Amino acid sequence: MDYAAVVLLEIIYMIAFLALTSAGLAVVFGMMRVINLAHGEFVMIGGYTTIACAKAGVNIYFAMLIVSPLVVGILGLVVERLVVRQLYGRMIDTMLATWGLSLLMVGLVTFIFGNTAVSVPAPIPGYELGEFQMGGYNLFIIGIATLLMLSMWLVMRFTRFGLVARGAMQSADVASSLGYDPKRVYMWTFTVGAALSGLAGGVLAPLTGLLPSSGGAYIAKAFITVITGGAAVITGTLSSSVIFGTINQIVSFGSTPVIGEIVMLAFAVVLLRLMPQGITGRFFRNAP
Amino acid sequence: MIGDAANFSSAGRTHWGWIIAVTLLLVFLPAGFDTHTPTLLGIWALLALSLGLMWGYAGILSFGHAAYFGLGAYTYAITAMNLGESTAAWMLAILLPAFVAALIGAMMFYGRISDVYMGVITLVFSLIMAKFMGATAGDAYSIGNARLGGFNGIPAFPILNVPGDPSMPIYGVDLYYVVLFCLVFCYLISRWVMSSAFGRILLGIRENESRIELLGYNAPAYKTAIFSLSAAMAGLAGCLFASWAEIVTPALFGLGQSVEVIIWVIAGGLGTLIGPVVGAVLLGTMKLLLGEQTMIDNSLVIGAILVLVVLLLPRGLIPTIMGWIRQQDQRSVNRARNNSMRRRAGERRTPKSPDQAHKSVKHHE
Amino acid sequence: MSEMIVETRDLSMRFGGVLAVNNVNFNLRERELRCLIGPNGAGKSTLFKCITGLHQINHSNGRVFIRGHDVTGWRPHEIVQLGVGIKTQVPSVMNGLTVWENLWLSARRIHGKKGASAEVDRVVTELGLQTNLRRSVGELAHGQRQIVEIGLVLCQRPKLVLLDEPAAGITGAEADRLVELIHDINQQAAVVVVDHDMNFVRMLGGTVTVLHQGAVLMEGATEAVMNDAKVREVYIGNRAK
Repeated sequence: MDYAAVVLLEIIYMIAFLALTSAGLAVVFGMMRVINLAHGEFVMIGGYTTIACAKAGVNIYFAMLIVSPLVVGILGLVVERLVVRQLYGRMIDTMLATWGLSLLMVGLVTFIFGNTAVSVPAPIPGYELGEFQMGGYNLFIIGIATLLMLSMWLVMRFTRFGLVARGAMQSADVASSLGYDPKRVYMWTFTVGAALSGLAGGVLAPLTGLLPSSGGAYIAKAFITVITGGAAVITGTLSSSVIFGTINQIVSFGSTPVIGEIVMLAFAVVLLRLMPQGITGRFFRNAP
Repeated sequence: MIGDAANFSSAGRTHWGWIIAVTLLLVFLPAGFDTHTPTLLGIWALLALSLGLMWGYAGILSFGHAAYFGLGAYTYAITAMNLGESTAAWMLAILLPAFVAALIGAMMFYGRISDVYMGVITLVFSLIMAKFMGATAGDAYSIGNARLGGFNGIPAFPILNVPGDPSMPIYGVDLYYVVLFCLVFCYLISRWVMSSAFGRILLGIRENESRIELLGYNAPAYKTAIFSLSAAMAGLAGCLFASWAEIVTPALFGLGQSVEVIIWVIAGGLGTLIGPVVGAVLLGTMKLLLGEQTMIDNSLVIGAILVLVVLLLPRGLIPTIMGWIRQQDQRSVNRARNNSMRRRAGERRTPKSPDQAHKSVKHHE
Repeated sequence: MSEMIVETRDLSMRFGGVLAVNNVNFNLRERELRCLIGPNGAGKSTLFKCITGLHQINHSNGRVFIRGHDVTGWRPHEIVQLGVGIKTQVPSVMNGLTVWENLWLSARRIHGKKGASAEVDRVVTELGLQTNLRRSVGELAHGQRQIVEIGLVLCQRPKLVLLDEPAAGITGAEADRLVELIHDINQQAAVVVVDHDMNFVRMLGGTVTVLHQGAVLMEGATEAVMNDAKVREVYIGNRAK
């Protein structure tokens, strides 16, 4: 019984992890059809921000929930204005340019912080579930991810910003006819996406030692999760997170984590073959 | 859009003068330089060429091209270790990636998958290979005599030898010449393919796949074929790499390697065959030089180059240079034309004496 | 008795909630000239796409026969290989290649490497494309691009030609030449023309099939159909004079 609870918790955690680390990328892809391959580095920089703040004495929750998103959001704003803006409509070029930016950022962070891992302890201690030792912090992550998805859904459905954003998703003209400059909508969307990536990085910082190359671990999975999810931001990310998270964990429990990842990757290929426009290209088409 | 759109004539144009000159230069290179690094650059150039062929002419961008590079390298290592002789090993190193690519390509192209979704699938395949190979530590994971070795890879396998004679290994300057031969050979093959009807149909597919199908061509079959050929060349590069490095590791399958190849191709010039080769040589050299010092990180420079190329030089180095040369040619043609027009105008304005007119006629001859 | 070159049996095509093609039985004899008319959304282009395999159909959609072969479920290139050519509603050509290169790609499949050039020359002469031969198709005006696309079709000497709005965006004089061209093509092949321009349809002659909401409303000689009360009603607000 306890074992089942542990497995279930691990699955939910995996789903939350995927959703959290993909949210930033999903917002930008779903709204602007832009694939920001520097997303992993945004997450990494969010992590470094939180760790640096915590080491400087700032309250860690404040650092991860406020400071990191702010810092990375501003970074995203700069990136959008300087690079991404010039390449709208050119999806492959944007991918290449943002990949270049990611390499650039890794180089800069290495230059500033060096190549040794930095870390900060998790603020929530572990607990016991029957015979098993569980990470308490993982519950916090699940909580944050849930809150995030919920607030995104609320914003999309019930606020004016959400309405304009959903309109702009259909076409830039919708935004203009509502009186909003599509360029500004895109700018703020990219900024919000970056902030979400920074949030993920901050929240995940206490988990392991952070290196400048840590971003690379996030981008591949996030990329696959988002593209397989399809164009709908929340529904897409959630559905693919659920599918991949579940498969990954279940297979991992049955064998090894590596096999779990491999099966998850292979499943992504199968899914895309069956649904070439992603999950929400076929199901839940008009969901936010 | 990045790159230079190739058309029939640019695809088929073989600048024999340049090719022969450069080849001769490279043939005599060992006379003055150590061949260890140039061999590696040649291998990278071949890898870049393989991607450039498929991407530049058929419009197929793979985010996991390193998968076939790694597959070729590992296939060679494992086969050579088991057989003790290299001939079957290098043949298999070319054929296996080609075969696997044919399967994956068919799956993608007959399933009408394209663009970014194809990017995901090709990426995923290379990630699967990288993760799998990285987890194969321990005696349990071995093929015949060869232990797969996990993260550490496979060392100490027989390097290439003269076909049929395992006691005559090919290394050093000899390996350099083998790599050079392979590079030139694959370049010529690529040229020949692109100037053939097959290549032209691929250009059509890149432009408008639907229309090509409406002309009665089985587009997915053509795409699968070029994908397979490209993988074969990448596999050959992998096999040569294995022989050069004398070790194969999972990093060869990695995302980093795949992205590097992409950067070489677009920096050099997508839509040409020589562009990727030049890109690989230049950026490869830079990477090796940067690797020797710790001040400036390689990622920083490569990243900056990639961003700048996409923003400022979207056609890549070679097409931009060629365009600049053409512009200069055009300018000197215009200059000459203006000069001669001015001279003629000058003549008409001032009536000349017979011998003056005679002199100016002579000038123009 | 000439054989049916195209035959659809109870062909239906549904998109989401919309029945775009509704139990259509469309038959065409060899070297027949047919005009397919109907208001916007009547299902004309969809019918073309079902016939050419651009919309993949299976037996639940009905059946399509071309030159006696059951092509239900076939892919476009397989159907085209039976001798079918289509000019689509939006010009579908290879914009980055020149006019000559476009035509060569088409000609090469039927006439082989040796005969392709000669065939291209023939079609170029017939369509008057000499001046633009070496220019990229993408640079040409819409009308010219349509002519190039017709050229692509002609190079393969098809037995069935489907023209979706060939008269869109061309002038009166060009329309006359187009009518002549279509009649020429009709000497060798069955032709189906979709168009909205009723004058053009009149000039073409042949039989007319009227589609409305995906189903065949009426079929017959041009004048009879044009004057039919039901057809006029369906076209209220349109230039059905």
